[in-house]
Amino acid sequence: MAEIQIKNVAKRFGSYQALRDINLTIQDQEFMVLLGASGCGKTTLLRIIAGLETATEGEVWIGGRRVDHLPPKDRGIAMVFQNYAVFPHLTVFENIGFGLRMQKLPNDEVKRRVERTAGLMHIDQLLGRYSGELSGGQRQRVAVARALAMEPDVILMDEPLSNLDALLRMEMRAELKGVLAESNTTAIYVTHDQVEAMSMADRISVMHQGKIVQAASPIEVYRNPAAEFVAGFIGNPPMNFLPATPAGDGKWTVAGQILDGPSRTTPLHFAIRPEDLRPADTGLAAMVKVVEPLGAHLLVTCSVDGALFRAVLDSDLTVRRGDTLTLAPQPDRVRWFDPETTLAVA
Amino acid sequence: MTTVTTDVAAPDTRRAGRYVYIAAVVLLCAWVLVPLYFLLINTLSSPETVNSFPKPFIPEFDLGSLGFFAGFAGILSALKNSILVAGLTMIMSILIGAPAGYALSRFDFRGKEAFRLLILLTRAFPLPLLALPLAVMFIRTGLDDTVFGLSLVHTTLAIPFAVLITFSLFSGIPLELEEAAWTLGCTRLTAFTKVVLPLILPGITASAIFAFVISWNEVFAAAVLTIENRTLTAFLLQNLDTSPLHLKFAGGFILVVPALIFIFAVRKYLFAMWGIANR
Repeated sequence: MAEIQIKNVAKRFGSYQALRDINLTIQDQEFMVLLGASGCGKTTLLRIIAGLETATEGEVWIGGRRVDHLPPKDRGIAMVFQNYAVFPHLTVFENIGFGLRMQKLPNDEVKRRVERTAGLMHIDQLLGRYSGELSGGQRQRVAVARALAMEPDVILMDEPLSNLDALLRMEMRAELKGVLAESNTTAIYVTHDQVEAMSMADRISVMHQGKIVQAASPIEVYRNPAAEFVAGFIGNPPMNFLPATPAGDGKWTVAGQILDGPSRTTPLHFAIRPEDLRPADTGLAAMVKVVEPLGAHLLVTCSVDGALFRAVLDSDLTVRRGDTLTLAPQPDRVRWFDPETTLAVA
Repeated sequence: MTTVTTDVAAPDTRRAGRYVYIAAVVLLCAWVLVPLYFLLINTLSSPETVNSFPKPFIPEFDLGSLGFFAGFAGILSALKNSILVAGLTMIMSILIGAPAGYALSRFDFRGKEAFRLLILLTRAFPLPLLALPLAVMFIRTGLDDTVFGLSLVHTTLAIPFAVLITFSLFSGIPLELEEAAWTLGCTRLTAFTKVVLPLILPGITASAIFAFVISWNEVFAAAVLTIENRTLTAFLLQNLDTSPLHLKFAGGFILVVPALIFIFAVRKYLFAMWGIANR
């Protein structure tokens, strides 16, 4: 049982505020992804949980035990590093068994667990090799096996796939998700790759400028972004925004069109995902600037009322540069944001 | 027309440049190697050949000079003193220098950059300036004319290099390796002994050899601070005007050999120290 609770954590590096007011509870056996652009504080938060960094304020609880004063080795965690950190002077076997040897487990137990985790990660053929003789993907497997062999309550991963090439990354993504689901450990996974986050996570915490903007299931984060930042960060291409002015009675003027919206009197931002637009008889007038055929879809970059606007359309359509399209947003997929607070408006 | 001339001229200048380059390399090598070669010839020749003229260009491989050197009164005890002082210097400078190098590489503290500069400045004080007060102090504390006293002075001379070389060594070990060890159940100390130490051991050895050579070649402090327990350099200096030529050559050769071995052992780390490492 290892529920993780982060209470009011803040971190300052000198005058730089890296993290502010972080409150997060991660359920036992949950796969939590910390997602954000570089410099948003996600790695700092992970290192605070690991004990490699101390929080300026706040508390960290793992499995009902306050751990923020404990060194990493006493927290019941294992970590996978971005650069793998496979010890170059030890064989793969000794690397995986390193933590077990530190726990002074008997030799046959070390052997049993190393061989089991090596089998799990498909590196049983490499146990006699040194890290210099391994490829990046193999080192990555050693690093994960080393963490799993510890049978930790919590496994922490800091962008573990970011140094692999695209194909290998996709393969490892699925494999890692499977292995972790089987191991029954709580996992915290740091990444800047939204595809990794969407495909692996039980829950995603989107971070921005040292704060958690939204913590929800991947589909919730995608469909109902809590703030403009999340809407613009998640999704490729990201959500489209247009200014909207109130026309009274829950009606809004967006690029000359009247649309239904929330009853408010201050201006809002209208937002729609590119794939939620359909060519129709009435809708937003869009001047086509670039057409990119992607095989399954057609990515059309256009200009609506002078603003950049993208639509993902059916690839059967014939669209040319300079055409004017009439795009109708799917009414239930339209979202509204308050430009003052950048937060979503119901 | 112009294109033709440049086409002809370019290879010419390039070839001329190559000749200058090769000549410079040969000259520089000769600058270092010719004296060493003469030293070798004279050391491996009989005393008669050493004192005659002209000298041969190929060594005779006669161990007469070295034999005479070994038999010269006081030489062997001076050699023993040199080894003892250099050995002690090596141990002390690593024991003090390596932790300082680790601290410089791993921790942020106020005045870190200033400290890195200051540690080199210890070499800026001319030893002759310090010699008299040092000798007086050593006589008062009873450290004068002892192996330990002299190795203290040599340690002071060797520490800046020990610190800077080990600093570059530790900086070459990714912090992530240590952090990984911490998360796998190590304390700071066990992570150091189980992960960092095995990785830097070759470099530490090189740094130790460097300290050894600094002490081995040091002559001024040795000459001032010892009387009975002379090191080899001080002993040879003392007997410079009275000893025969072949003794000087043999002594010179014995002094040069460790320095040569050192250069081969640590060249990689010296480059790393100046930030042009390509390991």
